[in-house]
Amino acid sequence: MTTTEKPNMIEFRDVHKYYGDYHALRGINATIKAGEFFSLLGPSGCGKTTLLRTIAGFEDISSGAVLIDDKKMDDVPANKRPTNMVFQSYAIFPHLTVEENVGFGLRRDPRSKDEKAKAVAEALEMVGLKGYGKRAAHALSGGQRQRVALARALILKPKVLLLDEPLSALDKKIREQMQVELIKLQREVGITFVLVTHDQEEALVMSDRIAVMFEGQIAQLADPETLYRRPNSRKVANFIGTMNFLPAEVLSEGAGGIEVEAQGFGRMTLSADQVMAGEAGQGAVVGFRPETLTILYDSQTATDREVMGTIEEVVYFGDMTYYDVKLDGTTEALRISMRNVFGRPVLEIGTRARVAWSPGALVMFR
Amino acid sequence: MRKNPSLRIYALAYLAFLYAPIVLLPLFAFNDSRVIAFPLQGFTTNWFAEMWADKTLFIAFRNSLTIAVSAAVFSTILGIFAARASTRYKFPGKPGILGLIMLPMVLPEMIVSMALLVVLIAIGVPLSLFTIILGHVLICTPFAVAILTSAFQSLDRSLEEAAYDLGETPASTFRLIILPLVMPGIISSLLISFTISLDEFIIAYFLGGNQTVLSVYIFGQFRFPAKVPAVMALGTILVCISIVLLTIAEYFRRRGIAKSGGKDTGGFL
Repeated sequence: MTTTEKPNMIEFRDVHKYYGDYHALRGINATIKAGEFFSLLGPSGCGKTTLLRTIAGFEDISSGAVLIDDKKMDDVPANKRPTNMVFQSYAIFPHLTVEENVGFGLRRDPRSKDEKAKAVAEALEMVGLKGYGKRAAHALSGGQRQRVALARALILKPKVLLLDEPLSALDKKIREQMQVELIKLQREVGITFVLVTHDQEEALVMSDRIAVMFEGQIAQLADPETLYRRPNSRKVANFIGTMNFLPAEVLSEGAGGIEVEAQGFGRMTLSADQVMAGEAGQGAVVGFRPETLTILYDSQTATDREVMGTIEEVVYFGDMTYYDVKLDGTTEALRISMRNVFGRPVLEIGTRARVAWSPGALVMFR
Repeated sequence: MRKNPSLRIYALAYLAFLYAPIVLLPLFAFNDSRVIAFPLQGFTTNWFAEMWADKTLFIAFRNSLTIAVSAAVFSTILGIFAARASTRYKFPGKPGILGLIMLPMVLPEMIVSMALLVVLIAIGVPLSLFTIILGHVLICTPFAVAILTSAFQSLDRSLEEAAYDLGETPASTFRLIILPLVMPGIISSLLISFTISLDEFIIAYFLGGNQTVLSVYIFGQFRFPAKVPAVMALGTILVCISIVLLTIAEYFRRRGIAKSGGKDTGGFL
């Protein structure tokens, strides 16, 4: 990822937002780079949409500052900001045609009628709706509405495109297709995209960087791989994907790393960047993703380490099988995900299994 | 299982009670007899000619029209302000204020007209068409507010935000987005207010001074049996006008629903 050298497009400086007594944004500090696909990810009520709306200018902030392209936006109303938004409901004007919707923002544009019509046609072609211009907006499907909303926002060539859960109303197939199209579109136009979503998979698939938000604060801001492999708290780890936890104990800390004893796994040495702060009152744990463990078949051998366990539950997903395996010496079963490969049978409940693992794939919260 | 036929009979009797008297209007309007009774005597259009020649009737009709149109326009404009305020803004005392606006809907008109009469006389405003319009705006506004509030409520807020976002000012957003989308509501409100004002009697009677309006005139005519067939003719014309107005209102309501892509839940209001 090369986004680090790029200039800042959006900057939040200690942004707070109160609704009466309710503290919706609690000191947001972050920068979004120019040309970046940035996501705000979190459960509903975490303030992600509020934060997005402070960029658009629909929401005043109580204190702090929002900067777009190094300019303070305090006194700039929504209609004067260099941002455009794709709304969750798409907000397609129902009394206008597709063409009129897409060209709506060009009303104050000094260009000639023909030039504007050409721009509208180009925008429609860009989102794959060539020839739909004369249609009535209310006659469109959900996916088509969303494309119209995209074209309508992008035709103004904003510095920032804001997307408020744009895919949440679509069904799974179309959603996955739109994810790919949005990524391509973003690369094509080079505009900074800021996406709000509660869908962690969507955020991982689409973003250059993700800010995970809980309760009005950014819990972790990182690229998708770091977020997934090195979540900085159990909360983030649980929100993004699945993570298994086992009680652990720190034996010693030295220059060579941290000596840890974990239930079922025994002793291991972890490097400092694998150790994150845990929550107060909860003991230290090691955590690992389901796919970092592998059940070994007859002739296979572990590349690193190996433990024994018993399969307690089998959930078959077609391409994948999830096994809940209780390792010897542990109190709770762990989830292991295995890709189903041709010629390899799905194992049955009660089977004794050898499980391969590696200390490098673990994180520790202490 | 067979359904009980008594419910069906009840429903039919109910509908007959509602609409049979209205069917009688055109029947006797074209009946060649001054006596309103069966059997019918023969076909005539004399009563329409008689009605047409009646100067007082013409003046009363013109007055009613002036009042109804003014009351409809003013109460709808007031209704737009109130509906917009109640659906978009928070302000102290909002429920109380809205309650007071809606109150005349259930307040006996007698009380409204008596109170207005006392006040108007006390402050020395001469009774005229204008005072009737004042009274009618008062009773029509709650209906306008009710209709328009539902129209404004069904408006997705993000449509407004989208218009701002695309560079429009609040004023141009209102003109380009909000107004066209609530237009069916505005037309409904105009028509309902017009109808309420047109057939209103008590306020028109109390506050009219020496100006006669249609409802008061028709009531007066019933004292003279000879005049009744002409009133029937007038009634027939009013029924036709009502049907036309309702059809227009329904047309716009359906078009509004179709345009905004909503589902028809039936019902005019």
